[in-house]
This record gives sequence, structure tokens and C-alpha cells, in this order.
Amino acid sequence: MRFGVVMFPGSNCELDAYHALANVLGQPTEYVWHQERDLARFDALLIAGGFSYGDYLRTGAIARFSPVMEAITGFAAEGKLVIGVCNGFQILCEAGLLPGALQRNAHLQFRCAPTYLRVENPNTPFTNAAQQGQLLSIPVNHGEGNYFADPETLNELNRYDQVLFRYANAQGQAIPEASPNGSKEHIAGIVNRRGNVAGMMPHPERASEAILGSADGLVIFQSMVNHLVGRAARV
Amino acid sequence: MLYKAEVKVSLKPGVLDPQGVAVAGAVKTLGFTGVPQVRIGKLVEVWVEAETEAEASTKVQEIGAKILANPVMETFTFTLTLSIDRLAGVN
Repeated sequence: MRFGVVMFPGSNCELDAYHALANVLGQPTEYVWHQERDLARFDALLIAGGFSYGDYLRTGAIARFSPVMEAITGFAAEGKLVIGVCNGFQILCEAGLLPGALQRNAHLQFRCAPTYLRVENPNTPFTNAAQQGQLLSIPVNHGEGNYFADPETLNELNRYDQVLFRYANAQGQAIPEASPNGSKEHIAGIVNRRGNVAGMMPHPERASEAILGSADGLVIFQSMVNHLVGRAARV
Repeated sequence: MLYKAEVKVSLKPGVLDPQGVAVAGAVKTLGFTGVPQVRIGKLVEVWVEAETEAEASTKVQEIGAKILANPVMETFTFTLTLSIDRLAGVN
């Protein structure tokens, strides 16, 4: 299988993501520039974090109209895997590939810190290597990660098990004090209804080796590999 | 014809505005009373070439809906005037 790491002018996490996928996990990986339109050679895409187009207008608002996003919309429609990390999550929401939006952190501060994520649904291509309720230590690094959706959308996310992760404390309780940004219902990551497009504010690539303080982020990438290998085996 | 649109982008009612809350706090600190709320939006000036005002209006409406506002948490309104002083500033 082949991973693509999508980057825009202003992305700054693509090297870390590439390293985690290619060197730590040993998966064939390529960078994908924002002008690219042909994604047929990939099985999965990771939209890297950063500040695409300087976060002008709104985070992700300009990137959403780049040529690669049109290609990614088609890629996702084929059922292939797409995960957006941080700015990548913001871009996927702006593009309408995921519901909701990310707004300014409720306390107005930029937050760069380790967080605990509680796995809410381990039955997805992005979480199948985890257990229900497992705590993953993965850092956040953002000023606008405050997940917002209207009550109806939140109901749907819950009803269809689309919440992947909630911010929690070390005891696994999702409480306001454990949230770095004030997200609705402490949401840290979600998946679309079909289950092939995910977004999360925390950075799994920054928790992919013990020397970084945590290798829990690998759970997410390994899940994607498991899913792709399993599907290949079944075909 | 060159028209200038002033597009006002506002957060929907009920959407938390942390910047507005912070500014309201500062207003209170300055000693002002009777200012229960501040909410922050955006003013976007857009110059549009069009044959008629109706055409310009359609164009701005589309631009606003497609990119200037995020319908998940924002709404927008705009006013349109004939631009007599051409383009403003350096861009």
C-alpha cells in the first residue's frame, strides 16, 4: 500500500508525518503537493498540519479550493482512506468532507501540550488497533481546535458512532478540565458516516516513537495499515 | 461597471465568540458599564465588475456563500455601491 502526505504552502508537519509513516512504520510514502490532481497511485492520504495559506480568512478556507482538494474529494468518494491532522482536519471540515468546524480555542490561547485521547469507537479504519476506552497520549498544537457543530449534527455524530476520540484526563474521564480547547462534547477527532474520512486535532505523528515521549500515535497509522492489508487479503 | 460590496460576516447566534468575550472583559476593565456583550465579525470589501447591479449582487452572493462565510457557524449580509474611486489601496 502507498501513503501520500498532502502539503500546502504553509504546511509544517509533513516531514514528521512522512517520517512516522515511511521510517517508523515502513510504509511506502510520498509527498503530495497541493497542485497535484492524480492520486490514483495512493491507498491512503494524510493531510498534514500547519498553517496553510497563513490561515487567511479562516483556517483551511483557502486550501479547500486547491486542485488537490478536488482530487481528494474524488479519492474519498471512492472509499479510500483520508485522515486530516490539525490543519488537515480544519481543511476537511471547510471542504465539507467532515461535518462541523474548528473555531478559536475557548480560552484564546495557543495550546501546545500532551493530551489524553479516549478511544470512543475502535471499529473504524483509523482505530481498529485500539481498544474501546483506551487512552492514547498524543499532543495538540493549535490555536483553533475548538470543535463546533450544531446540536443536530452532534446528535448524528453520536448516533452513528462517528466520534473517534474525546479529550480525557489520566483517569479516562472526558471533563472540561481535560480539554485543551473547549470543543463541544470534548471531541478531539471524528470520522465521516461512511467511515473512510477522519479528522483529528492532536498530532499522532508527534507521538510515533518512544523517544518523543509517546508512541501512541502509531495506533492510528497501524489501524490504517491493518485496514488496508485486511481489505487486500479479502479481495 | 465597477461595484464595491461591503460584506459583513457574523457568527451565528449561539456560537461562542471567545474574542468577543475577551474584548467585553477589557471594555468592563476600562470602566464602561451597561455593555453586556461584544461579538466580533469580519468586514470584507469586494470589488466586482458587472453590467448591472443585479449581476454584481448575484456574484457577491455566490462569493459570500462559497468562501467568505462558513455556513456551519457564520452568516453574511452585504451592501453594494457603484465604486467611483476605483480600487482602494495597494491591491
